[in-house]
Amino acid sequence: MSWVEAFLNWLVQFFGDPANWTGPDGIPTRLLEHLQFSALALVLAALVAVPLGLAIGHTGRGEVLVVVTANLARALPTLGLLVMFVLLLGASSIWPVIIPLVLLAIPPILVNTYEGIRGVDPDLRDAAYGMGLRGGQVLGRVLVPVALPLILLGCRLSAIQVVATTTVAAYTGLGGLGRYVIDGFATQDYASVVGGSVLIVLFALFVQFGFALAQRVTVSPGVSRRLKVR
Amino acid sequence: MDDLSFEAPTGEITVLVGPSGCGKTTSLRMINRMIDASEGRILLDGVPVQGIDPPTLRRGIGYVIQQAGLFPHRKIVDNVATVPYLLGWDRKKARTRAMELLERVGLDPALAGRYPFQLSGGQQQRVGVARALAADPPVLLMDEPFSAVDPIVRTSLQDELLRLQSELNKTIVFVTHDIDEAIKLGDRVAVLRVGGRLAQLAEPKTLLAEPADDFVREFLGHDRGIRRLQFVSTAGLRLRTDLTAPEGFSGDSPEPWLLVVDGEGRPVGWRSAARPGELEPYGTFVPGRDSMRAALDAALLSPSGCSVAVDEQGRVVGVATRNALDLALAEAADG
Repeated sequence: MSWVEAFLNWLVQFFGDPANWTGPDGIPTRLLEHLQFSALALVLAALVAVPLGLAIGHTGRGEVLVVVTANLARALPTLGLLVMFVLLLGASSIWPVIIPLVLLAIPPILVNTYEGIRGVDPDLRDAAYGMGLRGGQVLGRVLVPVALPLILLGCRLSAIQVVATTTVAAYTGLGGLGRYVIDGFATQDYASVVGGSVLIVLFALFVQFGFALAQRVTVSPGVSRRLKVR
Repeated sequence: MDDLSFEAPTGEITVLVGPSGCGKTTSLRMINRMIDASEGRILLDGVPVQGIDPPTLRRGIGYVIQQAGLFPHRKIVDNVATVPYLLGWDRKKARTRAMELLERVGLDPALAGRYPFQLSGGQQQRVGVARALAADPPVLLMDEPFSAVDPIVRTSLQDELLRLQSELNKTIVFVTHDIDEAIKLGDRVAVLRVGGRLAQLAEPKTLLAEPADDFVREFLGHDRGIRRLQFVSTAGLRLRTDLTAPEGFSGDSPEPWLLVVDGEGRPVGWRSAARPGELEPYGTFVPGRDSMRAALDAALLSPSGCSVAVDEQGRVVGVATRNALDLALAEAADG
């Protein structure tokens, strides 16, 4: 039996088992959990990082914060952070897991939002002020629409990270798709490991697709240049 | 900037020109408070601008910059309507006005729905001018608006600006480092020297005839005498009408050169008495409309040394001989 056959057999076994489609550890429940945890962490991170990045990028004040955040993000070990919070706060609620997820998701959004705003052509800024736009109008009507691709890129990078880390978070007892992989290994139920992995990959692809769609809907064709030149 | 003081008369183009670092852009940006003057006053219709809230002030002053600075995420029509939107005009009215202006600056209305990146540099600059004019401000500030486009497009944008100005009579302050552009566009030209000091403020023809000092003379560059001629009229030029001959003329003439003219009165070429079989090239000018510079240029284009005066339809009205040109040049040199 080749490994491809084994892989397919496990898939059939996992997805073919009616017991896997219902109940608190059924696929729909786990999928929803995964979505909820990821989305919650991402939304909280964006609520903090986007306004902060806009403010720092627009005023040019507090740029040190961006640099420090960016470097911290590279230095922090994901799993270590998770375990630390669970040990500190106990595993009685989802927050010991959500908080480190939020902390991980902030830097890419903050850095990209900041860079997006800072990177807008100075002539464009100048023209906007020269037309008589006020500071807030310059930010909202000109800088944000032009920087939007980068802001969305930051959110997407964070989303990928959060979705992946939510999987690992199952290690601390959290629900979500990671349960299949972690529990599968523990009980040597390889069908569960393989099926769970495939679900996680599909979920990640789905998130990517969602962001691509959001980009297409929200970014002006004049900025993305997805029209013919002339 | 040091003790700079000048007046930009209503309805005229005042050009600030000077080498880089002379503070011409800084002076311009003080008018709409993009930069605040540390000392001194800037009056707009007698009102000090320092007392007006900058955004409110700027909405009443058109502003055109070098790279157009169009908003890339907005369609052309909405770019032009920027200030009307800010002033709270309703969308339909603002867009109608924007369409009007696009046509005014010589753009195809079909471009209205495009985005800036879909336009050429020259087209973008025209949109920039239309945007500055959208709310019909009495004053227009232009900061090297035509410096980034190629020479052919630049010439057509300059002609367009002069045409617009003849219709609109805005008070324009125009910054450039190009003295030829200054002389072409300015009703009055202010030459600034490094450090923001005014070297001379005068009409272009005065500037060319009587530069105030060596700095201005050097900045004006060579050919000053020739360039001055573009402000000398050809209306009074003495024309001879006895130097033309019909096509196929083969007789003798006491004149060394005769201008052969076709049946509709248009010039065909110069016939030399020495080689009557061949026709030599000619140059034309329109008396009263074209300058002495054009008349002299036309004379230099022909071996006959004469310049052909034609009407707007291109029909010969006479010939300016070397003698006539000499006389006119001597008068011009006397001032």
